[in-house]
Amino acid sequence: MTTPIFTNNRLQNTLINLLSIVSALLFWHVLSVFVYPASTIIPAPSEVFSALFELITKRDIFTHVFTSLTRVIVGFSIAVFLGVGLALVAGYYKKVGTFLKPLIEFLRPIPPIAWIPIAILIFGLGDTSAYFIVFMGAFFPIFTNSFFGVNSLPVIYENVARSFEIKRLIFVKEILFKFSLPYIFTGLKIGMGMAWMSVIAAELIGAQSGLGYFIQLNRLLLRTDNIIAGMIFIGVIGYVLSWLLLTVEKRVIPWSNKK
Amino acid sequence: MLELKNISHHYKNQSRDIKISVLENINLLINEGEFVSLVGKSGCGKTTLINIIAGYIQPVGGSIFVNSEKVIAPGKDRIVINQAHDLFDWMTVYQNMGLVSKNDGAINKYLSMTGLSEFADAYPYELSGGMKKRLSLARALVADPKFIIMDEPFNSLDYQLKEKLQEELLDIVRKSKKTILFVTHDIEEAVFLSDRVIVLSGKPTQIKKELVVSLPNGRDISVRDSVDFIRLKNIIKAEI
Repeated sequence: MTTPIFTNNRLQNTLINLLSIVSALLFWHVLSVFVYPASTIIPAPSEVFSALFELITKRDIFTHVFTSLTRVIVGFSIAVFLGVGLALVAGYYKKVGTFLKPLIEFLRPIPPIAWIPIAILIFGLGDTSAYFIVFMGAFFPIFTNSFFGVNSLPVIYENVARSFEIKRLIFVKEILFKFSLPYIFTGLKIGMGMAWMSVIAAELIGAQSGLGYFIQLNRLLLRTDNIIAGMIFIGVIGYVLSWLLLTVEKRVIPWSNKK
Repeated sequence: MLELKNISHHYKNQSRDIKISVLENINLLINEGEFVSLVGKSGCGKTTLINIIAGYIQPVGGSIFVNSEKVIAPGKDRIVINQAHDLFDWMTVYQNMGLVSKNDGAINKYLSMTGLSEFADAYPYELSGGMKKRLSLARALVADPKFIIMDEPFNSLDYQLKEKLQEELLDIVRKSKKTILFVTHDIEEAVFLSDRVIVLSGKPTQIKKELVVSLPNGRDISVRDSVDFIRLKNIIKAEI
């Protein structure tokens, strides 16, 4: 009789999950009706959902979504290319690693948003600044995780490669890189989260388009319903992005965690 | 022909500034087609000797020669099969082989010789312990080395599987006509597999005794009960 108990548990868990969402909505509703009745401060959930519905049907928001996504893809791609590339080089040529380490350790703790003022000064308001901030957010987790992976290659694999006289480029591509893929993916997942966070932050201050700009603009217009609707968009897209990476990871490295 | 000439090695203990001698004046000649075992206690420097023969480390004294040519680096002529897991986990069985050889015919030949043809598309994590060892052997064979050096390859396996793999190894060695240097601490294993057994002493390791195994060539499990087998076993046991 173990199976029914198991399914009961699952059903129970789903119900508890639903309950948490419903109670949050209820709390929000109570807050909007009784504590802050003015909808400019806290609109009711129903108002936000109608704003959301309107944004989707009018399609205005999709240009902002598209702009933000493009910025993330550009900045993130550069971060992946440089982060993984540099990690491989630094892992293979240990002296390069020693050279890079103090620089990385110095720059890594600076939050990506702290770069916004200087990015605006150098690149002005707009796309380039946003690419730069996204890059700054994504690069460090990608590089440090990849570098850690490359450095964890067991000596036995190096020895096997030397005995079989495997060529340098094939060693880097087929052994060093592929061994490090689980570590690289950890970096990509953290980096993607940082990239999405950074693009919104960059757009709040240094851009005139994108989801960050959209919620900032609606603050000036006192359209709190649109602000929250925009926040919902930001959350959902962030979730989808990390889900996409997880799916790719399962496809690319089926052997990971199964040693 | 693999020749070890006056091999000596020591490690430096940095903190106490002393040298710890591991290998002392080891001379050995292995002819092509021979199956030679090195037997010695665990921790007696066998792995250091393998690392020197493979070219991973340079000995403090002496040299290794392959057909009169001095060994200065690792190379395809001497492949080591490690005690530890050394397969590429992210590659299928076939890809593990393909990284070493571009000859599909040879890959298929050795996969079938080691009974792995059906598992060509499997990943190492999908293989049993015995199959992993066979894949290590198949990968070594496909590189067509002059010498295969096996470092306690069956150490981590249970007794029944070990016996089975030993018989399979003999069969494969007969078919592939490879020269094998087999390192083990298991006396029975050494006698069963080898044409010649070299007994190593404790630290610093020296060659203590050399025995020619005069057992029939097409050995099977029954040979373990023969008088000759037990006699050889006891001689070695007394030396270790």
